[in-house]
Amino acid sequence: MTSNVALANNRSWLDFLRKTGVWVGILVVVAAIYGYTTEPQVTTSMLASTLRQSTPLVLGALCGLLGERSGVINIGIEGQMLLSAFVGFLANVYTGNLFIAVAAGVLTGALLGGLLAFMSVTLKMDQIIGGTVINILALGLTGFFYQTGLTTQGKLQPIALGPLADLPLVGPVLFENPPITYLAIILVFIMHYMLFYTRWGLRTRAIGEHPRAADTVGINVNRMRYINVSIAGGIAGLAGAFLTLEAVGSFERAMTNGRGFVALAVMIFGKYMPFGVWGSALLFGFATALQTQLQFSGTIQIPHQFIGMLPYVLTIVVLAGFVGRTRPPAAEGQPYETE
Amino acid sequence: MNNADKQVVLEAHGISKHFPGVIANNNVDLTLHKGEILALLGENGAGKSTLMNVLYGLYHPTEGEIWIKGEKVHLQSPRDAIDHGIGMVHQHFQLVPVMTVAENVILGSEVTTAGGRLNMRQAARQVNELSQKYGLAVDPSAMIEDLPVGIQQRVEIIKALYRQADILILDEPTAVLTPQEANELFHIMRELTAQGVSIIFITHKLKEVLAVADQIAVLRRGEMVGTVLPSEATEASLAEMMVGRNVILQVEKSAAHPGDVILKVEDLAVLDDRKTSVVNGVSLEVRAGEVLGIAGVQGNGQRELVEALTGIRSVASGHFFIQGHDATHYTPRQITMLEVAHIPEDREKHGLVMAYPIEDNTVLNQYYVQPYSHNSIVDRGAIRSHANALVKEFDVRTSSVTALASTLSGGNKQKVIVAREFSKPVKLLIAAQPTRGIDVGSIEFIHKQIIKQRDNGVAVLLVSAELDEIMSLSDRIAVMFEGHIMATLPIAEATREKLGLLMAGSHS
Repeated sequence: MTSNVALANNRSWLDFLRKTGVWVGILVVVAAIYGYTTEPQVTTSMLASTLRQSTPLVLGALCGLLGERSGVINIGIEGQMLLSAFVGFLANVYTGNLFIAVAAGVLTGALLGGLLAFMSVTLKMDQIIGGTVINILALGLTGFFYQTGLTTQGKLQPIALGPLADLPLVGPVLFENPPITYLAIILVFIMHYMLFYTRWGLRTRAIGEHPRAADTVGINVNRMRYINVSIAGGIAGLAGAFLTLEAVGSFERAMTNGRGFVALAVMIFGKYMPFGVWGSALLFGFATALQTQLQFSGTIQIPHQFIGMLPYVLTIVVLAGFVGRTRPPAAEGQPYETE
Repeated sequence: MNNADKQVVLEAHGISKHFPGVIANNNVDLTLHKGEILALLGENGAGKSTLMNVLYGLYHPTEGEIWIKGEKVHLQSPRDAIDHGIGMVHQHFQLVPVMTVAENVILGSEVTTAGGRLNMRQAARQVNELSQKYGLAVDPSAMIEDLPVGIQQRVEIIKALYRQADILILDEPTAVLTPQEANELFHIMRELTAQGVSIIFITHKLKEVLAVADQIAVLRRGEMVGTVLPSEATEASLAEMMVGRNVILQVEKSAAHPGDVILKVEDLAVLDDRKTSVVNGVSLEVRAGEVLGIAGVQGNGQRELVEALTGIRSVASGHFFIQGHDATHYTPRQITMLEVAHIPEDREKHGLVMAYPIEDNTVLNQYYVQPYSHNSIVDRGAIRSHANALVKEFDVRTSSVTALASTLSGGNKQKVIVAREFSKPVKLLIAAQPTRGIDVGSIEFIHKQIIKQRDNGVAVLLVSAELDEIMSLSDRIAVMFEGHIMATLPIAEATREKLGLLMAGSHS
């Protein structure tokens, strides 16, 4: 089924996978089996926690990826997540309905995406400034309207996928998760398929690499950027909904805690590829899970402030040292001007 | 060939296109017949590209009508033009470098299976069919960035044919090609017209027009000067139509009167960016009032030599002296202060600051001295009047000196550089590829300026890959090969054959 052409697209991803993926994969499986034989409960909870911690990062990074593939840099993911988390939370508090709440979060993210598109496409503003506007806006609005003492009416509950959930280790980790966690994984596959095997994907990649070429064959570059950046915002909104409606069940000030920015690191480390993004989000998720585990187990005598740094140190180390040469879409950050 | 028998496929009537401050096209008529190659000739800035962008729906004409195959059309966008069978190969290729040939070809007119999935197999098959039908060999699964420009151009042509274009606009297609690639392109063009495709071929190269066109239309300053048949035209007559007066393709100059040695280079060695030695012990002298031409195939150390002499690149060993000063380790500004003018090889990278207005570009070499600055404060008024005077004197075609340098055509960019460099006292001129890729009128103008400087007692070091240019301007010619000066010949002894052998590294 896979034609040469599609393969060629994924060339860099396949190289990357070949070089690192196989070894990392083997290492992870060996470590997991070893861990399970010695400390089954800790291992299971660590891996489950890795997946949960990675979910907002996967979603945030997919948001960034879709924007940049279309030529728009989005550093407002943090703000999109935060405001969506807040609106989703309020929607649940006042309606009591989880589905409406998630939809409200997604819609909020999409609207903020539309705002970013308006600033970067129509106003041709510097896209870094545009993203910063969104971050500050979200921080200000949520801070102003925040009320203490509110909690959601219920949370999104894990759904066990029948007999699969009864498998040892794999079951509780992979097949007994709440809906947004499943959705994030499904979105990775959907995004990959859409980007590399559909008309929409071909056009999206074209407007991010060489918008003028796309324009001369009749593609409406600016309209496409509007649509894609809004969809991307919706995905960040889903990440926000995850935080309040699936993970925590309440809202706290600045609860995104830098995840939107870590998501950008995840996107770059994932080489702007959906599966790459997933892999690197799992790595960061693991760092967060490890940090939590170390703090609770108390076996290692390190001040918790230092352990808490782990995910952020990893961000710096990965971005500074291990990313190697990534090639971002050529036209990212540039407003498209017809001559 | 009798055009009266042939069907008219495209007709433009009274096309005018106005931009703020500029009339790019004024009442232009154009007729294209089926299966013919119509050459559209004109200087840079004559309005050729504007006219073609109007025909391709990228610009909307201020006035005028377009008829395609007997039907009046209103082209709102490239999409409309494509739907009417017009295909355009832009001067700067519109291909996505990180995508394959097939992906680029189908972009915007994709073939999909029922589920909306791209059908890349069918795309590859269609590319193969087109390349066989018209003799355009390409590999559909190759990445664009891996292909040489000649092949990329074929992809552009296939892209247009895939969209069922039967009217093809080629915008300066030979500008980026080697002579061999250009010949292949002409072959392809004839193949296309034999199969019923009509071609508009935009260029400013006279030889090509005469070689390949069935009809020649000439634009000057936005107006159609006339249409001629190649059999009735010569290079000189076409040049006259383009420029509006007699163009002297041969530079007129009197005998040189060499004076003192201005530039003296002793055993100079220079490394390139990869730290390999590309200038190996060059020694030469340039006297006041003479032009020393450096001939040679590109990439034999000429660029690095010029960069070293202008202070941009550091010298590995050896020395050079300008007006008696040892300038070997001088900074570019110190060298400029020795009354050295430099016309760099890459005018967009090293000659101008593209994002600056023209006026600021005219003082890059002296903004820091009186009268342009007083105690480090720039005097805008002085700069503007200076720029206005230069633009007038050097006939730079622009709407205003406050326009960005990036908005100028190639020839006009070069004129701004020449104007700037000659706007202060000059003792030594170092000119690298001064007329590359610019139009006939500008070439003539710049050649005259160089000779005028020589006659005023300036020492000129001219580096050019165009042997014609070297031979018509130089008083002595040094041939460079693999970083060495092979020989230095007085112009009287230099023949094409001799120079050609030396350029290939043969001593005989």
